Order: sequence, then structure tokens, then C-alpha cells
Amino acid sequence: MTAGGITAEPPIAAAPPPSAGPGRLGRYLTSAIFLAPALFMLGVWMVYPAVYTIIRSFFGQTGFFGHWVGIDNYKTLFTTSTLTTAIKNNAIWVAVVPALVTAIGLVFAVLTERVRWAVAFKTVVFLPMAISAFATGVTWRIMYQQDPGLGAVNALGKTISGVFSPAGVLSSASPSIPALQSKGGALVLKTATHPGGVALLGLTGIAPDQVPKSAVQAVQPAPKPGDVVGAVWRDFKPGGGKVGVLEKGEVGLPGVTVELRDASGKTLQSTKSKPDGSFDFSKVPAGTYHAAIGAQTFAKPFGGYAWLGPNLIVPSLLISYIWIWAGFAMVVIGAGLASMPRDVLEAARTDGATEWQTFRRVTVPLLMPVLSVVFVTMIINVLKVFDIVYALAPQSEYAKANVIALAMYFAAFQGGGNFGVGSAIAVFLFLLVIPVLALNIRRFKRES
Amino acid sequence: MTRTRIAVVAAGAVATALLVAGLAGARTSSTGRAHQNLAVSGTITFDGIWTASSGQKQFADVVAAFNKTYPNVHVKYKPVGDSLPTVLATAVAGGNPPDMADIAQPGTVAQFAKQGKLKPITYAKSVIGANFASAWQQLGTYSGKLYALVFKAANKSVVWYNVPAFKAAGVTPPKTFSQLLTDAKTIKSSGTPAYSIGGADGWTLTDMFENIYLRTFGAAKYDQLSEHKIKWTDGSVKTALTTMAKILGDTSNIAGGTSGALQYGFNDSVTNAFGSPPKAAMVFEADFVGGVISSSTKAKPKTGFNTFTWPAITPGADAGGVEIGGDLFVTFRDTPAIEAFVKFLATAPAAEAWAKQGGFGTGNKNVPSSIYPDPITKATEAPIGSAKSVVFDMSDEQPPSFGATAGQGEWGLFQDFLKNPKDVAGIQKKLEAAAASAYKKGK
Repeated sequence: MTAGGITAEPPIAAAPPPSAGPGRLGRYLTSAIFLAPALFMLGVWMVYPAVYTIIRSFFGQTGFFGHWVGIDNYKTLFTTSTLTTAIKNNAIWVAVVPALVTAIGLVFAVLTERVRWAVAFKTVVFLPMAISAFATGVTWRIMYQQDPGLGAVNALGKTISGVFSPAGVLSSASPSIPALQSKGGALVLKTATHPGGVALLGLTGIAPDQVPKSAVQAVQPAPKPGDVVGAVWRDFKPGGGKVGVLEKGEVGLPGVTVELRDASGKTLQSTKSKPDGSFDFSKVPAGTYHAAIGAQTFAKPFGGYAWLGPNLIVPSLLISYIWIWAGFAMVVIGAGLASMPRDVLEAARTDGATEWQTFRRVTVPLLMPVLSVVFVTMIINVLKVFDIVYALAPQSEYAKANVIALAMYFAAFQGGGNFGVGSAIAVFLFLLVIPVLALNIRRFKRES
Repeated sequence: MTRTRIAVVAAGAVATALLVAGLAGARTSSTGRAHQNLAVSGTITFDGIWTASSGQKQFADVVAAFNKTYPNVHVKYKPVGDSLPTVLATAVAGGNPPDMADIAQPGTVAQFAKQGKLKPITYAKSVIGANFASAWQQLGTYSGKLYALVFKAANKSVVWYNVPAFKAAGVTPPKTFSQLLTDAKTIKSSGTPAYSIGGADGWTLTDMFENIYLRTFGAAKYDQLSEHKIKWTDGSVKTALTTMAKILGDTSNIAGGTSGALQYGFNDSVTNAFGSPPKAAMVFEADFVGGVISSSTKAKPKTGFNTFTWPAITPGADAGGVEIGGDLFVTFRDTPAIEAFVKFLATAPAAEAWAKQGGFGTGNKNVPSSIYPDPITKATEAPIGSAKSVVFDMSDEQPPSFGATAGQGEWGLFQDFLKNPKDVAGIQKKLEAAAASAYKKGK
């Protein structure tokens, strides 16, 4: 078995030139034996799968050698819209995340040098790193829920908006008769009324538990000369009932702001309905009027933003990913800061540089090697991003939120096992990572 | 030294096992309780979706029933869970599949059959014929050969409703689709949105479409569409989508509106309808909704929740047809033990071993409806065995890249349709394009 492992790696296990003495051969053999286990593992778990993936990417869905499709899989990669979206999204990730993570990490690192409780602060910022990306995805998925009753982000929005525009008492109600029409948020009865007339304002779409407790059976008020009377009531009883008629079992809606408007729409009087839903505008001069229910009654509560919807899903993903990695950047940059020669900073300050100038002209250039390590590491991480998208994005937005690694998973394992296309995507991803990797290796070499 | 000792121990164990088996056999045959077949022996490896929390125990009971007759066959069940398609696809591609597996997608079965990975189960034809209507044999037949047995079926032509919400609105379960729409309007007036839709899971939407299509055009046309013999740009698809838009387009009558529906998954759609207070009055989904209700809400059967059959659209024989999802049992090898097991699975005792515990439907016509443990289970499962026309979930029958992949193909496009139910023609074109490319690839 060991011998097989060695022969599988010709460059390293190559037999020494015949001119070499027996001592040299022994040395080679010893090093080969010591290297063999590692090489064997590398071969089995790295080289073989990589080579196999590359070969597999030229074959179709069904067959191994026998169903050669050439570069068709790669064509699919660049012509299928879900896959091109994945490539575009990865470009957005690369453009946004590494820069922001590095910048935020730098700011945190510099600031934590100057605050008390720095350790506590650092721990809190670093904590997301300790959570698995999948768990983070699930957590943020819940926080991003549109329903403010479920999602923390929108709950915050609701608390704030509740202060400025409180929800109305009957926000879900809608008119039961066509004559009652919406106008600027208010409901206006189109049928004109006059002193001595009765205005009936029927509403539906009110759940039984939304009806105020004080409500009682609705009663149609008798017309009064010189007054405009009427009723606001829940025009619904089990089965629907007759529309626009106050029936037994239908309750009045108390506390609703009712307005009397003139022909031009100006509000002349306003009153609140009684427990049986009735209202009464007294001493109304002759003329034609419209009864209306004030807009504040129907003010909708803050419904929340669709963070997980098609328009915001990518930014939402980016935010939570940055939330994870900012701590990592902070710690690495912080370590760089700590090892920075203080006297240079002192010298700059003595020479009269402002804090900003010191930061801009001294700290940042000195930190450049560390910053670029963070930046490049982030590029690689972001290219490979998978778990958080898989966990956070709802299925309905996978197409919008797609990234290359996720596309690979779906093509190979979920979309009916098309390992050909899956391999092609993997190879493409590999090609994208290589230049960044090479850059990193070159820098390591230079540094050592 | 060690090796010999192991061998000795093993030999001893085998001897003991044989002795015990022999004694057991002798005992049962002497009392005459069961006819035992000791000649057939062997091990069957079986990869299934059921885990400890979701049916592994029940399947073990089925195996135990089998072992009464075949005590020398050992069924080694592996609970793979939801990642079964992935695991199986990899195992098949790697050339080392289990002896048997449970596959939920006929599309995957077709793919494996086409690749020649499956063994036909022709030997079980007469047993299946004696226990199942011919439609069920058709469901397991691919290019003329019987490859799969539909062991477990879920009734997908069910609507679950919140009983108090229906009572508050004063409506009763509708029999026809137009009545359903009228009732939905009444329910909305009562202050509760009528529909709860789990649009984040694309399959809930395709299931709705499939029920509508089946009830409008019948099983024959349904099968043609699922085999892509009718194009998605066909007029019948347009009619069905237009019908579906009457529900999806009624945005203020859907819990959470359109954007809410797109974010709620299947489980959310159930808890929305049966939590307290309810956010909606009904859910269009399969018999397994009951399991979610009892595990995540406090609603009680009959007083809190109940079911009705998907309402009829066009009167006719298929108006009451049943759409099923199910578990297809396939074989990758062929031994006497496997043959015996497959034949047993097609009989009534096999189905009854699980059916009496609930959460199980079967097309086996010899299973009496009295076997189901409670009235709601009976109401949802019994129609599977007695239905005149049965069709398999269409999206599962198609190539998985079109019919069963999150965010793309049919699932993704029906989510687009939920976003904009007005664009019937546009969605038809996209469906046809996606279907055409998936069917081309599958060849």
C-alpha cells in the first residue's frame, strides 16, 4: 500500500539518478517513507478528487466515460440565468464584503485601543465568529422576518414608527357597500345626505377579537329633523348576512371617528360613535353632505420591510456575513496594531500631526500587510460562500440570492444529480480562487 | 490468535442463532400459527427517508411482520433522512447502491431506470395486481417495465380548515371551486384571511396547480402534461393557471399578503392557520398537515381543525380524483430474499402494520378503512385506496432539475407566478423553456 502511494507521486518518489551513491539512496528512501503517509492522504483526498472533478466536468449527466459532452457543461454555466445570477452575485460579494469587513475591522481595532472595557467589547464583536455560519443564517432568517411580531429587525422598525404614526383601531377593516369609498385614507359615503337623513357606514373584514369590548347590537337610528344621524357597524354575521342592512347579530363599532363633510370635502363636524355604533350630527344647516370615517381609524400598522424579499435579500445576506467576519478582522488587525512601533506614532504626534493625519499617514501604511492579509482572506472566503446563503435565504429567493457554491450544490446534488454541470461549476470556482491564492502564497514567501 | 478467537466466537454466535431460529420455527410451526419459510435467507440493505422521529419504528414493525414468515431474512434499514436523494445519487454514481431504497420522486426512479441501475420487479406483478388497482402498477412502470412499488402514499387532494374560523364566518366546507371562492370572500369579510400559503416552499404551489389541473382536465391529460407530451404553453395550462390566479391574486385574502406568503414555508403556513389567534382559515396541502398541527399547535381534531376534499372544478369522473405523493420502493439487486420482501410489501398485512398507527396511506384495496386509528386519518387516507383515478404528484414525476429543485424550474417559476399572478402567458413561456431544457438533458 505504501509503495503504491509512492509510485502514484512520481515527482517526489522519483528514483535517484544511478550515479548517486548508496548513502544518498538511503536518504531518499528515508524521506520518502516519512513523506508517504502525508502524500497518500493528499493524493486520496486532494489530488484525486480534484483531477476527477476536472475530468467529470466534460461528461454529461448520466455517464462516466461514454457520454462525452465537451465544453457543454461550461456553456450551460454561462447561459443559464440562475447560474449567471450566481456569478453576478459573487461579484457583488467580492466587491462589497472584503472592503467593508477590513474597514469595519480597522475602525473597531483602532477604537478598542482607546476605550475602557476593551476586552468586553472585543469579545462581543468576536462572538459571532464562534457561531457556525449555518446557525447564524437561521438566526438572521428569523430576525429578518417581515412580520414585526416575529422578526426583530422589523419589530424595531415598528416600535419607532409606532411613535410617529400610530396604527388605527380598525386597520384591517374595509367597506361593505360599494358606495362607501376610500379617499385619502378615509372612507367617504358617496351617497349624499342631508339634514333629516340617515347615513349607514357598514364595515367588514374585522375579526371578532378586534371588535371593541363595549360594542353592542347595532341599531339603525331613527331620522331626526335638522340632524344627520347614522351608524357605523360590523356589517357581518356568520354566513355573510345582507350587505348594507343592520341585522340581528351585527354589532356597532364604538369609538370610531365619524366626520360630516360638505360637497367640497371639507370636514364640518366630527364625532365618535356610541356602543351601538350610532352617531348624531346636530343642528346641520340645509344642504348636501357626505358622512365619512376619519383616516386615522384605518391607519395601517407598520407592516415591516421584506428583508428576505427579492429586492433586499442580497443586502440582507451581506449584512449578516459582515456581522460574522468583522470580529475576525478586528482581532487580526488589533494584533497588528499592538505590534506596531509606538515611537513612530509618537514622532508623528510630536511633529504636530493631527489624530486623523496620524491614522491616515502612519497607522494605515504600517498596517498594510495585515490589512491585505485580511482583505485577501476575505476574498477567498467570499468566493466560496455557501452555508449562510443556504440557511438564510428562503427557497423562494434562492434564484435571486444564488452564489456559485450554492449553484454547484443544487446542480450536482439537488437538481437530479447532474454531476457534470456541478463539476464544471466547481472547476470554475476553483479557477476564480487560484489567482487570489497565488497572490497570498507569493506574499507569504516574500515575508519569510 | 486473535483472529481465530473471533472466528470461534462468530461460529458460536451463528450456531446459537441457528438454534434459536430453529427452535422458534419449530415452536410456531407446531402451534400452526404461521407458515414459515426458512429456506430464504440473506441480508437486505435498505436506505430510507424515515428517521427515529418520523417513521423508522413503524417501518421496523412492517419488517417484523415480514420476519414472521421469513425469519432468516435480515433487513438492515439505514435512516438516511431528508438527504436521501443526495446520498442515493452519490451511491449510485459510485457504483455501490443499497439493495433497496425508498424514493419519493418518480422522476428519479425514471432516471435510474433509464441508466439501467434498477432491477425490474416483474416477479411481484401478480401480487401487486391482486392488491392494487391497475393505476398503481402504472405509477411504478417505466418504459414498459415494472420497477417500483408505491408502498406509502400521501393524499395531496386535501384542504385543511380552521373550524372556529369557518364557524365565525358561517360557512361550511365547499364542494365546488366556485363555492370555495364565494366562501373565501365571506371568510375575509369575517375578518380572517381565507388562504394560508407556504410559498417559500415551491412544492406547495405546484401541488395547488396540480390539483386544479387534475380537477379541470382529468387524469389522462394530467399524465400527458407530466410526461411533457402537452406543452406548458398549451391552452389547458392557461386555463388552470387562470383558475389558480383567482386564489393567488386575491392578495388581501392571503395571510401576510403576497410577500408574506413568499416567506412562509410549509410549516409556517400550517401554524398560521391553526395557531391562536389564527392568521388564516385554510391550508391546501396533503394529509401530513395533520402531523404539523398536532406537533406545533394546540388545535384539536374536529373542534379546532378538520379537512375537506379539494373541491370539484369540472364535473366528471375525475372531479374527485386523488393526487398522491408517495414512497416508491425500488430494488438495485435481485436475490430471493429481496423478491420475498417486495412481494410481502405488496400485501395487505404489510400496509396494515403501519396504517393502524396513523400517518400512512396506501393504494392497497385490501386494506380495510377501519384500520385507520381516528376519523380524520380515515377521511384523508381511505380515499387513496378507493379513488377511481389516482395521479402522482406531477412535479415529482418530471426530471428533478425541472420539478424538484429549490428556486429553479417549476418550483421557482410558480413562486414567480405567486409574485405576479397576472402574467399567465409569461409564466407559461418560462415553464415551457425550463421543461424543454430539462427533458432534453434527461435524454
